[in-house]
Amino acid sequence: MTDEKNNIIIDFAAHLQSVEENYKMIQILDENGKIVNSDLLPDLSDEQLVQLFKDMLWSRALNDRCTILSRQGRLGFFGPTAGQEASQLASYLAFEKNDFLLPGYRDFPQLVKHGLPLHKAFLWSRGHVEGGQFPENLNAILPQVIIGAQITQAAGVGLGIKKRGKKQVVFTYTGDGGSSQGDFYEGMNFAGAFKAPVVFFVQNNQYAISTHWRKQTAANTLAQKAAAAGIPGVLVDGMDPLAVYAVSKAARDYALAGNGPVLIETYTSRFQPHSLSGDDPKLYRDEASFAEWEAKDPLIRTRIYLTEKGLWDKDQEEDLIKQFDKDILEEVKIADNAPKQKVSQFLELMFEKPTQILKEQIEYYKNKEGD
Amino acid sequence: MAQLTMIQAITNALDNALEKDENTMIFGQDVGLTGGVFRATQGLQAKYGEERVFDTPLAESGIGGLAVGLAFENFRPIPEIQFFGFVFETMDAIVDQMARTRYRTGGTRTMPITIRSPFGGGVHAPESHSDSLEGLMAQTPGIKVVIPSNPYDAKGLLLASIEDNDPVIFLEHMKIYRMSKEEVPEEYYTVPLGKAKVVFEGTDVSVVTYGYMVHEAVKAAKLLQEEGVSVEVIDLRTVSPIDVETIIVSVEKTGRLVVVQEAQRQAGVGAAIMAEIAERKRAILALKSPIGRVSAPDSIYPFMLAENDWLPDAQKIIDKVKEVIHFD
Repeated sequence: MTDEKNNIIIDFAAHLQSVEENYKMIQILDENGKIVNSDLLPDLSDEQLVQLFKDMLWSRALNDRCTILSRQGRLGFFGPTAGQEASQLASYLAFEKNDFLLPGYRDFPQLVKHGLPLHKAFLWSRGHVEGGQFPENLNAILPQVIIGAQITQAAGVGLGIKKRGKKQVVFTYTGDGGSSQGDFYEGMNFAGAFKAPVVFFVQNNQYAISTHWRKQTAANTLAQKAAAAGIPGVLVDGMDPLAVYAVSKAARDYALAGNGPVLIETYTSRFQPHSLSGDDPKLYRDEASFAEWEAKDPLIRTRIYLTEKGLWDKDQEEDLIKQFDKDILEEVKIADNAPKQKVSQFLELMFEKPTQILKEQIEYYKNKEGD
Repeated sequence: MAQLTMIQAITNALDNALEKDENTMIFGQDVGLTGGVFRATQGLQAKYGEERVFDTPLAESGIGGLAVGLAFENFRPIPEIQFFGFVFETMDAIVDQMARTRYRTGGTRTMPITIRSPFGGGVHAPESHSDSLEGLMAQTPGIKVVIPSNPYDAKGLLLASIEDNDPVIFLEHMKIYRMSKEEVPEEYYTVPLGKAKVVFEGTDVSVVTYGYMVHEAVKAAKLLQEEGVSVEVIDLRTVSPIDVETIIVSVEKTGRLVVVQEAQRQAGVGAAIMAEIAERKRAILALKSPIGRVSAPDSIYPFMLAENDWLPDAQKIIDKVKEVIHFD
C-alpha cells in the first residue's frame, strides 16, 4: 500500500466538518429586534410574549438587587444572571409546573418561577437550613454546587418518571464548564440509553469562571457533544428569547413523546463576574467584549420587538421594576427573620433516627444551647 | 429454613425486598441478565422484569447519580458497584449527594439508597479490586456502613439497610461469599443496623472486628482457649455508626481490648474504636493493659502473589492478644 492510498481512506478534516455542519446556531429575533427566521417563529400569544418580557425584567431586577445585597454583605454566594435572561426564562417558559427541574447554582430565576419562595433563595445563599426546605409539591432539587452532578441525577429522575408512566419532563441546567465534566457525558449517555425524558441545557456563557470555553474543548460547539450519546443536540442564540423558547418547546415535546433526551446549548453571556466573591472579569475578558455583548442584551431586542408590535410602552417599565424591587425586598425581610440555627438541629438532620454517638453529641449541644 | 452461603442469602434477601416493596429496584453493571459477576442478583431479572432489575452503562458515577435521581422520584434504589475498589468514580454521588440530601434539604427529602458492593482481600483478584475502604466511607457523616460476616446476618442486615430511609453502604467480603453454609430463614427478617454482636464469649480479652476478620478472630479465640486464654469476640456488623456500648460492656468484663481490621493501620475503623474507648471513663478505667491493634501495614494493597503475607490472620491476632495480656 502506498502512502497516498492510506490518505484517501478517510478524509478526517472533511469528516469533522460534516459533523460540525449539523450544529448551526438557530436565531429568530436578532439583536436589532427583527425577526430573521419567521418559519421558526413560536406560537406565543401577545399575553405570553408580554409575560415573558416581564419575567426577564423581573430577573434583571432580582440580579440588580442581589448585586447590591451582596456588596452590602447581606448575601452569601451569589452568581449574577444579567445577560442570561433569555437563556433562563425563555427556556423555562417551555416547561410545565409538574416538570422536574435540576438547576445549577446560577439558576434561581427558573427555580423561583417554578415555585420556590424567593426568601428561601436568599436563605440558601446566606447558608440557612430553611433555604433547602422546599415546598413538598415543588418538583425541583436544590441548586447543584458540584458542577455536572445534576446531569447524572437528571437521568435518574427521568428514568423514574418514565417508570412511573408520568406525563412529565425533566429539565436541567449547567454551564460551558459543566460540559467538560465526566458526569455530563455519563448523564447524557444514561438518559439516551434509557430513553429518559430529559432536556439538558448547557448555558454557554463562555467562561467557566475565567477559562474560555474554546480552551476547554476542541469541539466547535458544545451542542455537538450530544452526538456521542446518540441524542439530538441543538445550538441556539441564547440572547434570543424566541429562539430559546421555540427550541426548548420542541425539545420538551420530543422528550415527552418518548423519544428520549435532547441537549440544547444556549450561546449567551454573563455581563457580570462569575460571583461577587472576588472574581474580576477584567483579568480574562477584554474591554471591547463587554460592549459587544451588552449590545446583544436580550432585554433590548425584546423591548424593540414588543414595542414595534404595539405590545409594550417603555413608560410602564420604570414602575414595574420599582414594584419588582419592592416585592423582592419584602422577601429579604422574611429571610432576615429566619430563626437562629442550632448545631443540635444539624445533628438531628443526619439520619431519620440519631445513632448512639450522635445522641451523645445532640445532648451535649442541646445543653450548651440551653434547650 | 435452608442451608445457604452468604451470596445465596444476599440473593434471597434481594428477592424478599423486591417482593415486599415495589419501589425497590436493582441496577448496576451486569446485574440484570447474568446476575452480576458474583451472581448475587441471579434470577431476579427473570422473576421481576427488566423494569426493576436492569443493567446500566459502565459508569460508576452515572450509577450513583441515577440512584440519587430515582430516589428523588421516591424509588428505593439498590445499586451495585461491581467491586468496591471502583467506588472512587462515584464518591461525589455518595459523599456529596446522597449523604447530604437529608441535611441540605432540612429533612424534607431523603435518600433511601442501599449500595451493595463486594470488597476484601485474599481472593487473588486483580489490582484495585481488594481494598478495604470502609474507613474512608465511615468518615462520612450521613451514611451508614454495614459489613456482614455470615449468611444469616447478611440477609437480615441487607433487608434492614434497604428498609432504612438513609443511605447505606453494604459491603460484602468476597472471601466469605461461598465460604460456608448456614441456616437462613426463607422469609423476610431484619437484623438491626448499628448493633454489634458477641459471637464468642470470653473473660480475658475483648477482640473487636468485622467482616472476614471475624472468622480469623474466632479461630484465634478457639486456639487460645486451648492455651487457657479466654477471648471474647465482638462482630461489629455495622462499622458506621459503631456500637460503642456493646464494646464497653465487654471491656468492663475483660479489662483488655484488641481491635482487628483487614484494612491498613492508618486512620480507619480500628483507630476510631480505640479512640472511642480511650476517651470514655467507664471503658478506659476498666482497662488493665494498653489497647492492641491488628491490621494490615500501611502499604498499597499488595501484589496478589504476596497478599497472604500482608493480610492479618489468626496467628497475628494470637500474637497480639498474648502481647496485650503479658504487656508488662
